[in-house]
Amino acid sequence: MSLDKDTVARIARLARLKVPEEELAPLAGELSGILAWIEQLNEVNTADVAPMASVSDVTLPMREDKVTDGGIAEKVLANAPGGAVYIDPTDRNAGGFFTVPKVVE
Amino acid sequence: MAALTDLTLAALSQAMAKGEASAVEVADAHLKKLDEHRALNAFITETPDRARAMAKASDARRAKGEAGLLEGVPLAIKDLFCTEGVQTTAASNILKGFVPQYESTVTANLWKAGAVMVGKTNLDEFAMGSSNMTSHFGGVENPWKRRGDNRKLVPGGSSGGSAAAVAAFMVPGSTGTDTGGSIRQPAAFCGIVGLKPTYGRCSRWGVVAFSSSLDQPGPFARTVEDSAILLRAMSGHDPKDSTSAPLPVPDFAAAARNPDIRGLRVGIPKEYRVDGTSPEIVTLWERGIEMLKAAGAAIVDVSLPHTKYALPAYYIVAPAECSSNLARYDGVRYGLRVPGKDLTDMYENTRAAGFGKEVRRRVMIGTYVLSAGYYDAYYKKAQQIRALIARDFRQAFEKCDVLLTPTAPTAAFAAGEKMDDPVTMYLNDMFTIPASMAGLPGISVPAGLDKDGLPLGLQLIGRAFDEETMLKAAAALEKAAGFEGRAAGY
Repeated sequence: MSLDKDTVARIARLARLKVPEEELAPLAGELSGILAWIEQLNEVNTADVAPMASVSDVTLPMREDKVTDGGIAEKVLANAPGGAVYIDPTDRNAGGFFTVPKVVE
Repeated sequence: MAALTDLTLAALSQAMAKGEASAVEVADAHLKKLDEHRALNAFITETPDRARAMAKASDARRAKGEAGLLEGVPLAIKDLFCTEGVQTTAASNILKGFVPQYESTVTANLWKAGAVMVGKTNLDEFAMGSSNMTSHFGGVENPWKRRGDNRKLVPGGSSGGSAAAVAAFMVPGSTGTDTGGSIRQPAAFCGIVGLKPTYGRCSRWGVVAFSSSLDQPGPFARTVEDSAILLRAMSGHDPKDSTSAPLPVPDFAAAARNPDIRGLRVGIPKEYRVDGTSPEIVTLWERGIEMLKAAGAAIVDVSLPHTKYALPAYYIVAPAECSSNLARYDGVRYGLRVPGKDLTDMYENTRAAGFGKEVRRRVMIGTYVLSAGYYDAYYKKAQQIRALIARDFRQAFEKCDVLLTPTAPTAAFAAGEKMDDPVTMYLNDMFTIPASMAGLPGISVPAGLDKDGLPLGLQLIGRAFDEETMLKAAAALEKAAGFEGRAAGY
């Protein structure tokens, strides 16, 4: 499978990665090279093989459906890159918000 | 007594137990080594103040008779494990300055056992790489050099800093994570022991996620026994990681101290004899077979027919899972934010500036193989291949108890070599990826030097959750190989 520039631009958009126009062609070459190498998998007949989603043979444990954590708004917001806004500045664990650029006019 | 930094982890523990050294003295001796060898760039963040405080608390616990399994032992932690209050970067610009508000389960287990953290080690960005060259904080230098050649060599990757720190005697042990070989390959390149446990043995909670169905934390150390001691402290079921196995944790070190392998069946997979492997590694592998045979093991030829497809299947599964896991880095909740004209523009600018070249490449491959119309052709196909690889191993383990293979196809290479073509770099992991795809435990044991004086490793692969048999065989190999190599100047 050989990817063209338009396909690379579409993938970049889906992945939310800004790729400058001049990098699209070299990237198309690199990604096509990797995909061409991957294509050797088509040699293997997998018609009746169930796909393996987990390597674990162990039955995964269930836990009780109850709240085990919470009330730590300040910790949750501690690394907010745009800063945090608290509902009640005197009680930082009562709740708050991440801030993002304006999305609605 | 030998210098504190020359002791194995087991010997260091004993020295402290006998009162020959305090945890504070031990921490200071190792911190001095961090100072001396800073040029290796093995650490992204050093934590000397925390180390001294932890060592002091450790001495107090010992005085009260409450010493844990790793009491006072200084450790380096791969900068992929979240550590409360200490910057955790995953070697990415997108997490620069990120200070976790919680501790990963594996590191919490280590501190509970009494260990002391000296710092966070360098790695390939988001653990994606086999050379440590993709780190935003610069490459790591391997303490080893080719004889008569001053060029800097890579330590392997992705856990390159953790391996270099142990090889340079800055710490007796460290943590790594292994997705496709990120513990075993750097251990081989640096002449130390690296152990990838069975998937599910150690909790992934609090470890920055790369490929969730493959990622597994594990230890580095200079001896098999030390790696077994560390594994015991790291392991155990964690309700916060639903894939961590609800199984008891055996005394791994007891297995490592008993290298009696008489009657053990060691499988030699014929598909691991591939072109491109250094002839010296093939010779070393044959020597390894002879050593285990001489120790009483029965050598069995086995076949793993889908071996050659493990690597290309991995390069579907790992990028697909990475593209999903790394979707969380959006500049909103933590890490880097680069402004844009609207929200989408902010996402795209942030991710373009935050992720390095290899990470962007894998996110794009992953996005493509998961995109509408391609899922069956790529991801589903890869999971079917994965099922066949796991079946190969199951069938092989009907005839043998452990497998012996090389760890990597070459010794450490120079920084800049193999960098032109991504696929050439990916081939480094050809011997480690199949076990990863099947979730099996593997260990790399240093077994000799090549003609340039560089260390080479052999890999043992065990059955799922049978690290003990693997450790027994590894200890026998270690004993027979008698590797005592040490990088000049360290």
